[in-house]
Amino acid sequence: MMRTHSFHGGIHPPENKHQSTRSPIADAGIPPQLIVPLSQHIGAPAAPVVRAGERVLKGQVIAEPQGLVSVPVHAPSSGTVVAVEDRLVPHISGHTAPCIVIDTDGRDEWIAHQGTPDYRALDKEALLARIRNAGIAGMGGAGFPSAVKLAVRDDVTIDTLIINGTECEPYITADDMLMRERAAEIITGARILAYLVKPGETLIGVEDNKPESIQALRDALDGDDIRIVVFPTKYPSGGEKQLIEILTGKQVPSGGLPADVGVVCQNVGSAVAVYEAIIEGKPLISRVTTVTGESVSEPQNFEVLIGTPMAYLLAKAGYQSAKNNRLIMGGPMMGFTVPDPTVPIIKTTNCLLAPTEAELPTPPPAQACIRCGLCANACPVSLLPQQLFWFAQGKEYEKLEAHNLFDCIECGACSYVCPSNIPLVQYYRASKAEILQQRRDHAKAEHSRQRFEARLERLEREEEEKAAKRAARKQAAEARAREDAGGGGSDDPIQAAIERAKAKKAAQQSGTDAGTANPLEALEKAVVSAQKRLDTANDKLAQAQADGSDLVAALTTGVEKTRAKLATAQDALQAYRPQADDTGVAATATPADAAQLAIEKALAARNAEAQLSPSEKARASLANLEQRLQKSRDKLAQSQAAGDEPKIVEALEATVERLTEKVEAARKQLHTTESA
Amino acid sequence: MIELLLQHPLLAALIALVGLAAVFGALLGFAAVRFRTEGNPIVDQINAILPQTQCGQCGFPGCKPYAEAIAAGEAINKCPPGGEAGIQALADLLDLEVIPLDAEHGEENPRPAVAFIREDECIGCTKCIQACPVDAILGAAKQMHTVITSECTGCDLCVEPCPVDCIDMLREEETLQSWHWHLPDPVGRRVEIIATDAPDSGDQRERAA
Repeated sequence: MMRTHSFHGGIHPPENKHQSTRSPIADAGIPPQLIVPLSQHIGAPAAPVVRAGERVLKGQVIAEPQGLVSVPVHAPSSGTVVAVEDRLVPHISGHTAPCIVIDTDGRDEWIAHQGTPDYRALDKEALLARIRNAGIAGMGGAGFPSAVKLAVRDDVTIDTLIINGTECEPYITADDMLMRERAAEIITGARILAYLVKPGETLIGVEDNKPESIQALRDALDGDDIRIVVFPTKYPSGGEKQLIEILTGKQVPSGGLPADVGVVCQNVGSAVAVYEAIIEGKPLISRVTTVTGESVSEPQNFEVLIGTPMAYLLAKAGYQSAKNNRLIMGGPMMGFTVPDPTVPIIKTTNCLLAPTEAELPTPPPAQACIRCGLCANACPVSLLPQQLFWFAQGKEYEKLEAHNLFDCIECGACSYVCPSNIPLVQYYRASKAEILQQRRDHAKAEHSRQRFEARLERLEREEEEKAAKRAARKQAAEARAREDAGGGGSDDPIQAAIERAKAKKAAQQSGTDAGTANPLEALEKAVVSAQKRLDTANDKLAQAQADGSDLVAALTTGVEKTRAKLATAQDALQAYRPQADDTGVAATATPADAAQLAIEKALAARNAEAQLSPSEKARASLANLEQRLQKSRDKLAQSQAAGDEPKIVEALEATVERLTEKVEAARKQLHTTESA
Repeated sequence: MIELLLQHPLLAALIALVGLAAVFGALLGFAAVRFRTEGNPIVDQINAILPQTQCGQCGFPGCKPYAEAIAAGEAINKCPPGGEAGIQALADLLDLEVIPLDAEHGEENPRPAVAFIREDECIGCTKCIQACPVDAILGAAKQMHTVITSECTGCDLCVEPCPVDCIDMLREEETLQSWHWHLPDPVGRRVEIIATDAPDSGDQRERAA
């Protein structure tokens, strides 16, 4: 007999376990409809991979895990998926959550699956993958994915593997019946787990109130690699950290994990699930659930498919809803009231408790704390529940944390012993939630602050860049102005601009403008643009005269000025021409092609034109235009007669029209020149 | 020299005192330069308490300016997003009286909101992007914009500039994941054992309201 230890506090509530252990585990059968929630474990909910209308086989994956701390979900029986939707789930909040609803067909057809009786043939990774893929999450109540817990890092030495067969909470007998009936599977499952974590020793811890289970395990044990340890019954011995202390004497440090003291703990239900997953190749699709309480006529344990509605299971046990004041999932200490009996059984449903009012009476109202200290005596984690209660009432969260609120395992021992019926655990749960929320808020505020500051910085940087660009532009402009003015720095910007313009003009006239390669071309360009400006000015003036606008005087001055400019440009060109004659002659001597010739001709014509007086010029241009118009008209007539394509005819027509307009304009110009 | 001092104890005391004053003055002056604190540390501490929504409901253009104003003596009850808890924390830090939230600046919302752009109606004007203090809106000119919900602080500042009014502030719905326990009802003092801590539906509605 191994020496066991004890933990501080603890209570001895009435066990009420005998009612449900009288008959063996019964098969609950296949309900007409299964509602399989996607989140039955701690961690990210699984993502559905089936659609409504799809037929699924028993054991088929219907939802894939999302992330590391997650497990897949399998179809518990064959049938048709009728919906993937939000349904009421067994959760204290009464919220709905995504579920896959399957109408079963009763054939219970398995998907192809294969086990590996010799698990030693597989390595650690393969075994862990199988455990994960089988959807195994802690069956004791918390539902933490088993594969994550078993993936012990190589540099961590595990001294002890503990298989938890304690089941300390009143009424619940699911693990007890499992140990009685499937001891051999538990032993094999424990060996697989031991193969995975390679512990110094493997212990199965059972309370002394389950003699049949202890006997069954001893009978099934055929070696000395596993030890069955029996210890006195006390609530909450089944708590992971409490069981570790009982069996090894080690205390898991505050905020630490069992692995920190070299211990891994697994529930007997999980051991059986691992056995089935590895040896038989079956995923976790059913579990043993106790249905008990005085509102059921035949309290017993059922092997029930995950997703079975609670109402279906209760009916199997002879449930009288009239007698029942509240339906509880889990035990009377840590369980919670389910919102509705239609919610399904999930992987962590170890018990359905349907008590009568006499059995589990509604407690009297809470009274003031009398500081009796019973709660501190009962606390298995050696906390000060009374202090925590005051701080929780005063919302003094810092003090709550300083008093190790987060080590509270919410076992309910303090509430159980409280003579004033204060719901202490609810205060602690609410405070824990509030503190976690504050931490999240604070993290978010910090994040927002960083983003805000980054934005301000960015805006400032952009502003600086803009300012720098503006300054650079200004500087460049000033430098240019200084350069153009030949160092004659003038403070007056208008003066500077005038000087700049003058400098530009001078540069153009002297033919030293770097932008124009050929001075002759530049001069010609100047003449052409001046001519153009004069044309437009004339047009405008004509328009104004026709409209009788009062702008005529202004426009007339404009026209005159432009004309003067044109004359200057022409003079400049004329003055330049003699110098360029040599090259010009050379170019004419060897005309490169027809285009060159045309250019020469046009230049010559323009030169000739430049020497004419304005009215002569206008007349000449009018004559020219009239000639062109005549030519175009001839062409149009020709092509119409020849029956050319409509496109060509249209183009010619457009040309004629354009020329007609031009002739009109030229006529007007002639008129104005003559009248001027 | 010593003779002289011995003969005039008053002079000796005077020299000693002046000497000491000079030495300590120099020491303090050196310390003031050498161990100078950058910025105002109290402002940073206040800023750390403020919720950083940058919403401007307090009347200051962001949390940091309000923190500076508080350090300069502004009232601590002008921050609705921070709520009573924020006022409490500020009061603790600054050793002030806890005062109720100034209703003039808005009310505390129990559940945080996030902006949501009705994307069909968005014309891509980028006005909301310019208004967002934490760059939580994604989009470009003449392209649809959308809110990065995880970055949104729920400050409301994008709602006003939207020319087509396509931004809604949505309260986060309580989900299975975000649900948490509430303190027991102190008035009713309805006490039940753990298994029955669940509030009945009536209670829940009250809380939701």
